[in-house]
Amino acid sequence: MKLNIAIAAFGIAGLVGAAHAQDPNLARNLAATCANCHGTNGKSLGGMESLAGEPKEKLLQKLADYRSGDKPATIMHQIVVGYTDEQLDLITTWFAAQK
Amino acid sequence: MLNRRDFLKSAAVAAAGTGALPGFIGHAMATTTKARHHVVIVGGGYGGATAAKYLRMWGNGAVDVTLIERNTTFVSCPISNLVIGGVKRIEDITISYDNLKSKWGVKLITDEATAIDVDKKTVTTAKHGTIAWDRLVLSPGIDLLPGRIGGLEGKEDRIPHAWKAGPQTVLLRKQLEAMPDGGVFAMHIPRAPYRCPPGPYERACLVANYLREAKPKSKVLVLDANGEIQSKKALFTQAFERYGALLEYVPNSALQSVDADTLTAELEFDSIKADVLNVIPPMRAGNIAATTGLPLINDAWVDVDWLTLEAKGMPGVHVLGDALFPAPAMPKSGHMANQHAKVAAAAILNLFEGLPPNPTPVVMNTCYSFVDARNVIHVASVHQFDSAKKQPMPVAGAGGVSAMANDLEGKAALAWARNIWADMLA
Repeated sequence: MKLNIAIAAFGIAGLVGAAHAQDPNLARNLAATCANCHGTNGKSLGGMESLAGEPKEKLLQKLADYRSGDKPATIMHQIVVGYTDEQLDLITTWFAAQK
Repeated sequence: MLNRRDFLKSAAVAAAGTGALPGFIGHAMATTTKARHHVVIVGGGYGGATAAKYLRMWGNGAVDVTLIERNTTFVSCPISNLVIGGVKRIEDITISYDNLKSKWGVKLITDEATAIDVDKKTVTTAKHGTIAWDRLVLSPGIDLLPGRIGGLEGKEDRIPHAWKAGPQTVLLRKQLEAMPDGGVFAMHIPRAPYRCPPGPYERACLVANYLREAKPKSKVLVLDANGEIQSKKALFTQAFERYGALLEYVPNSALQSVDADTLTAELEFDSIKADVLNVIPPMRAGNIAATTGLPLINDAWVDVDWLTLEAKGMPGVHVLGDALFPAPAMPKSGHMANQHAKVAAAAILNLFEGLPPNPTPVVMNTCYSFVDARNVIHVASVHQFDSAKKQPMPVAGAGGVSAMANDLEGKAALAWARNIWADMLA
């Protein structure tokens, strides 16, 4: 488990350059707040979009479109604005890395 | 006492059988010489089942997890109003705990937890003796207080609450089916805070939806102890109006007593004779939390540290879900209990590793409510930890409700159920 945490921490630091003290599993924890609707680790059983393995830029663009209203939504336009840009960056990076 | 070696063996065999936890067996073998951590979870609902799965998943099988649950299967409260309304069957909301055992290596004990000893770090069960833990997770939901309403105690077979899904859900449905056309379905909503703020109003809609088609001369009478609708007020007001004379909403209607023989509900200034009487009594944190010396607010809800979900002044005892005294604007919902569980699971694994808990946890909530068999309204919120206030605070400008009831969200609500049930139990 220590090894996994170390890898996760290195991965996050390497990807977003977040060198300040934050939880080594912050990205995983944030992404888990999406799992209720989008499935454990972003693997949806259907009816909601799967997020696992989706390219980060594609996910970030969708989120930006929800925020701007360019992409019509029933609920995501209200949820996306609850997260900071840094958090959305961590979340999309994490989902993109899921197989 | 739980035998850890047997537990490990069965968990390893289970993992080998499914191949679900690559690396798990290696871990188990490598760590058998040093003490393994053991988490005992009481309550297998939205909070406890999620905690069990995520402790095993995020811990890569290195932490032993025992789940004590009195029921042999999980029955979901969310979607249970569709069973009462005749849209779904009880089988549709009933799910096995088998995957938690076979896929995730959770030790499941079907039993009642009766006492906890924080100093000795044990939990006592009715039939399985005393079980030791390194950390305890209590996810006991709510227990109802029928004694607070005169004449109600011991009458739940005649006057069902159906506020815990299962036999009570089926009973209320049967009573509705047996009710004559022209009958009165009266329901009582207790003062907030109670489990699932929009739930009673959804139930009123779904009963009215059934009666409109099956027994159109009947009436739904909603007796609310509160002064107004507690969730999605404008949207439920619209929904109620669409049922016309079939549904009457009466605020400030605290129930004083009931007569179970005549199905009469006594209010302060009124007396109502019903054909089906559905009383949701006042409630508080589940008994194991409320009677074992945990810090309670208003003698009802558990006060917690929001970074770890540990009960205040009780390190090592984590409490989740409806049993909590909520942070501002945080609902008592299954969705929120699932989110609590992930914060607690992450904190527990950190603490076992000698790391501090995540200093910036986030939780969010989505509640879908059916206003008829197809159309749904939602309320959503996102809560970020505020380090000055030491609790999660709703993000201003985020979240909100549906523009109007719609069938797109009817599909979303069922997809939500499918995915969150899997997030807990698959």
